[in-house]
Amino acid sequence: MSQKVLLSAKEIDIILHRLACQLIENHLDFSETVLMGIQPRGVYVAERLAKILQEHYDIKSLKLGYLDITFFRDDFRRGGKPLEANKTKIDFLVEDKKVVFIDDVLYTGRSIRAALTAIQSFGRPKEIELLTLIDRRFSRHLPIQPDYRGRQVDAINEEEVKVMWKEQEGEDKVYLINK
Amino acid sequence: MSELSVNHLLGIKYIKESDIQLIFETADQFKEVINRPIKKVPSLRDITIANLFFENSTRTRLSFELAEKRLSADVVNFSAAQSSVKKGETLIDTVNNILSMKVDMVVMRHPNPGAGVFLSKHIKASIVNAGDGAHEHPTQALLDSYSIREKLGDVAGKKVVIVGDILHSRVALSNIFALQMQGAQVKVCGPKTLIPKYIHSLGVEVEMDLRKALEWCDVANMLRVQNERMDISYFPSTREYTQLFGVNKKLLDSLDKEIVIMHPGPINRGVEITSDVADSKQAIILNQVENGVAIRMAVIYLLASKIKQ
Repeated sequence: MSQKVLLSAKEIDIILHRLACQLIENHLDFSETVLMGIQPRGVYVAERLAKILQEHYDIKSLKLGYLDITFFRDDFRRGGKPLEANKTKIDFLVEDKKVVFIDDVLYTGRSIRAALTAIQSFGRPKEIELLTLIDRRFSRHLPIQPDYRGRQVDAINEEEVKVMWKEQEGEDKVYLINK
Repeated sequence: MSELSVNHLLGIKYIKESDIQLIFETADQFKEVINRPIKKVPSLRDITIANLFFENSTRTRLSFELAEKRLSADVVNFSAAQSSVKKGETLIDTVNNILSMKVDMVVMRHPNPGAGVFLSKHIKASIVNAGDGAHEHPTQALLDSYSIREKLGDVAGKKVVIVGDILHSRVALSNIFALQMQGAQVKVCGPKTLIPKYIHSLGVEVEMDLRKALEWCDVANMLRVQNERMDISYFPSTREYTQLFGVNKKLLDSLDKEIVIMHPGPINRGVEITSDVADSKQAIILNQVENGVAIRMAVIYLLASKIKQ
């Protein structure tokens, strides 16, 4: 197993600030917008972005939720082990709101397909956008593309893109791991 | 990632403590699901479940059916009263006929203890025991423990007294297994005639005095007197039973602490507990019912994930 650093802590920080600015460009004061971290690992990206938006760009009324997609996935009973669920936390209405899905790595697009179904249980959003820190090009199984993209990478199927966070793994880094 | 150690839920005594914790953690997520505006997830859309009730039930059957429907499973219901069982068909024949219609899972209530275990040896589908005679009622015990965990934070170290008809109660037996497995202390309290002789071998103490039992415990689980299972008189009169083993508000208020009151339903108001107790803040009877759906969703989801495609 070999691994290569795709993004350093500094690069991640710069990218997150750029993504935050792009979000502000489209959503201004976020009064009609909600950020939705996709469980489990999109939550860390969403929390960082929310922090940057609040602390650096003075966005006051930011709504942040966590969406678990486990029960909506299309690979239930297809893998070896059961799918383990995570917490969904949405303390606001998504009805008629602009929802921004936030995830760390966009790969096949199946998680986002599940998220599109899952969010309907909470109402009918006005529109849904997708933000992803890493976009793995040429690996999509479904016609799903991000609206906001941190970094596009070319990785073959045998490789894994792993996003590490200081809060969880002790460092901010993105690795390309060859299994 | 973890999975259940069993392919069927036949009783608490056949599962491990880690299974209970996995079921609880999964139920936490389903409890959130059933409080959404749209209370349904598509996980089990390719699973068909037969609810076979060879004995009457309202709450358990509804709870299972709701749990199955909220997981998007296809559901068929069967009750013995309107079936060919009356024409003399055996249990295995009945179930095999139903399974030929491509059913993946069976939820069964049966008056004979061990019916689920027996069936599991003869058929391929996953089986969930929804009560077999006076033997076990595992999902009830799980939802009772889950409700204690929700109310008091933890089951370990808690003192639980089960009051009433222990002899005929599958709820009592499953609860004793589940509570002890999680590190709770269990006592039973009731008329001597309704306490089975083997109870000491389970490590359960018997307390004949209801007041002492209530003073000792954190949680009192009040069981119903199961008149339908009593072939002889086990106590002189309902009135005397109520005087000795019924909980009323006056008794509760006279204790120096606030205990949690549970009841698996259906309640005989005025017999095992009075109305003011059943409707009081200390009673978590309706929480138990709500948690029942979440627990059953978790059990079915986890068992279904072990069915091979």
